[in-house]
Amino acid sequence: MIVPSLLLELAPVLVKIFGAFFVVLTLTAYLTLAERKFSAFIQDRIGPNRVGPFGLLQPLADGIKFIFKEDIIPTQAHKLYYILAPALLLVPALMGYAVIPFGDYVEVAGRLIPLQIADVDIGILYVLAIAGLSVYGLFMAGWASNNKYSLLGGLRSSAQMVSYELTLGLSIVGALLVYGTTNLRDIVVQQTAYWQVGSILIPKWGVFLQPLGFLLFLVSAFAESNRLPFDLPEAENELVGGYHTEYGSMKFAMFFMGEYTGMITMSALLTTFFFGGWHVPWLEAAGLSRNVAAILGVGAFCAKTGCFLFLYIWVRWTLPRFRYDQLMKLSWKGVFPLALANVFLTGVCLYLYSRLM
Amino acid sequence: MSHLLPDILFYVFSALSVAGAVLVLVNRNPMTCAMSLVVSVLSLAILYLLLSAHFLAVAQMIVYAGAIVVLFIFVIMLLNLTDEELGRFRFSLFKTIGAFVAVATLLAVAPDIRVSIPAPAAGDAGAPAGYGSTKAVGKLLFGEFLLPFELTSILILSAMVAGVVLAKRELQPKKTHSLVDWLLGFFRT
Repeated sequence: MIVPSLLLELAPVLVKIFGAFFVVLTLTAYLTLAERKFSAFIQDRIGPNRVGPFGLLQPLADGIKFIFKEDIIPTQAHKLYYILAPALLLVPALMGYAVIPFGDYVEVAGRLIPLQIADVDIGILYVLAIAGLSVYGLFMAGWASNNKYSLLGGLRSSAQMVSYELTLGLSIVGALLVYGTTNLRDIVVQQTAYWQVGSILIPKWGVFLQPLGFLLFLVSAFAESNRLPFDLPEAENELVGGYHTEYGSMKFAMFFMGEYTGMITMSALLTTFFFGGWHVPWLEAAGLSRNVAAILGVGAFCAKTGCFLFLYIWVRWTLPRFRYDQLMKLSWKGVFPLALANVFLTGVCLYLYSRLM
Repeated sequence: MSHLLPDILFYVFSALSVAGAVLVLVNRNPMTCAMSLVVSVLSLAILYLLLSAHFLAVAQMIVYAGAIVVLFIFVIMLLNLTDEELGRFRFSLFKTIGAFVAVATLLAVAPDIRVSIPAPAAGDAGAPAGYGSTKAVGKLLFGEFLLPFELTSILILSAMVAGVVLAKRELQPKKTHSLVDWLLGFFRT
């Protein structure tokens, strides 16, 4: 008797885990194609269009090519760490999704199932903790390769990640003060409320409550996922390829996947925190059934996340790279004090609000 | 069924945390020492999770694994010691005595630790709801333990100031900066 009931409990969870895993990895593959297509568009080229219709099978061809490339381990490299590094980068990047809600509840066979793998109380703190672990993959790769360019890349990455992790955490403290919870589902639910201005309803999205917090989080998210204009750890005109100079074959592909998966996590977080997650504004008036609304919500979540992914690509092909000292200056003398000021201002506003209202 | 999995996890991660801590001491390679420290720290975080101290577990991961050990590794990478520079491992009288004293202390204290753990009361339902959550920890820190908490923050602040003073000792004193200077400098770059 125990086994069937246990299976019934586990089935939705397993479906959600494998579903999220499959979607994220597929999205990662197609994000590389999107990156190449958009870069081509921005630079007035055509981009990959040979494999399949409109080049849509290009990620598959890339994957096959990566798998069949010769896998070289440099003789002077530290073997264990060299092999471990790509996995240490990719695994935390994939683990971040576990707490991000991608939809409201759906009703299957009389049971309410939340569209989220794990609804935990510490939500956002878990994501920050996991994001902090991905730095080990970067500097382990840089150190184990036994190459001075790799080592410099690893050093830069650890300094950059520590600095921007701090601002990443601090920039959402204001938002956490407003929401009063660290549970990501509660945060989204709070954003489904409205302000009434005349006859217009404005959704209570985080970006209206915390515009400065949103901007600071966006900047830190770009730096945390090592994307241009903050991709100093792998600046190719200074460091050949940075921490992954010595990597080839599928190991290199794993670094690549780690970077794109990190982008998806950050975009999903931005959506959850500042753009109402799966909330579709003004949809409640339509009076749709629970399941239809939930599926539309998942669509909205994907669309909002997609917008941020596009922003990532757009910025990469538009802005030049920072200098390393400028990068550090921006973090410690720009974003950090502004984030502190944001926390202080939010605190004062909340205090006054609670006194006056 | 429900008690089996936490028990297994407890033994696995206790063993890992102890093994990591021992490896930090025994290993010659500083990078391996640092990584063993990470294993130990993360295993401790999982033990906190098993005790339903969720906030503490995540704080452990963010502070220790995410920041402190990263800074250790930063220094290790800057020095980048080779095997020759580290020298070969040698037994010395002090090390032998040290190891003996450590083991003897552990053996002497172990029975007392065993006694000090209260036996679970009959019908113990485990931690109450909300125990160890961010809210519960926050209420304790800013309510009952407000004074120790604020004193600790002053201690950390003074350590930070001391660190800056020591690091900047050799630099010439420059003209003082005002907030206006900072803002101008920020918008200029």
